[in-house]
Amino acid sequence: MNDWVLGLALALTAAAAVWTIVMIVRDQSPPSDPYFALLGVLALVLLASAVGGCVALAATERDVEGITFVAYLWTAVLVLPVGAALALIERTRWGTGVLLVALVTVAACEIRLQSIWGAGA
Amino acid sequence: MPVPSPADLSSGPGRILVAVYGVFAVAATGRSLVQLGVDAGKAPLAYTLSLLAAVVYLAATTCLLLGGIRAWRAAVLACSVEAVGVVLVGTLSYVATDLFPDKTVWSHFGQGYGFLPLLLPFAGLAWLRHTSPRARG
Repeated sequence: MNDWVLGLALALTAAAAVWTIVMIVRDQSPPSDPYFALLGVLALVLLASAVGGCVALAATERDVEGITFVAYLWTAVLVLPVGAALALIERTRWGTGVLLVALVTVAACEIRLQSIWGAGA
Repeated sequence: MPVPSPADLSSGPGRILVAVYGVFAVAATGRSLVQLGVDAGKAPLAYTLSLLAAVVYLAATTCLLLGGIRAWRAAVLACSVEAVGVVLVGTLSYVATDLFPDKTVWSHFGQGYGFLPLLLPFAGLAWLRHTSPRARG
């Protein structure tokens, strides 16, 4: 499990979350294209960490809770597209709020992944 | 913004609820399936309660998405069960620790999930009250 990738994902998630809060406060909905570009980059990093995580799990000697670990990896990947779709359907502040829910979920998954991996050491 | 009604429970603020309920439906279902699949005998009561929580979250999510009077009523029931469940299980997990060798979603008032499980049913009930068929007259 690559700490660097997970750290990058967390940093991007935090940046996107701050941006989302700014949009909610300013009542800018739906989110702008540059925002979705950032989400796209985050999605790619999450996808890379999911693939990398599965490979690392297969190779590791650690006693990691495999099913839970893989479930969190792929939940983190799937949450963003669903949140983005909802935000585009509901073109109000509430729709943008859904993105914040999605990003918090991603952050929760990342932190959980780190602790599951760490517990197996 | 149109006046919210039972016909449309998933627009406006309802979107946030659908999103959060959706996340908890997935989380609780995943958790209970893993718990029951890996070692069901370790903490049967806790795991059954995890499964109950999963069913309640799934029901609430579905009802909010469906909309309509019947879904509204079912959602009220789901949120009420959820409110009672989280308070009861939350309290029991503190006073009767031997009942819970392993955790459920509702243990310690949902501490493992940032106490959101404690907040969620009341947010849900507030939204249902807001969209109540009677409130519109």
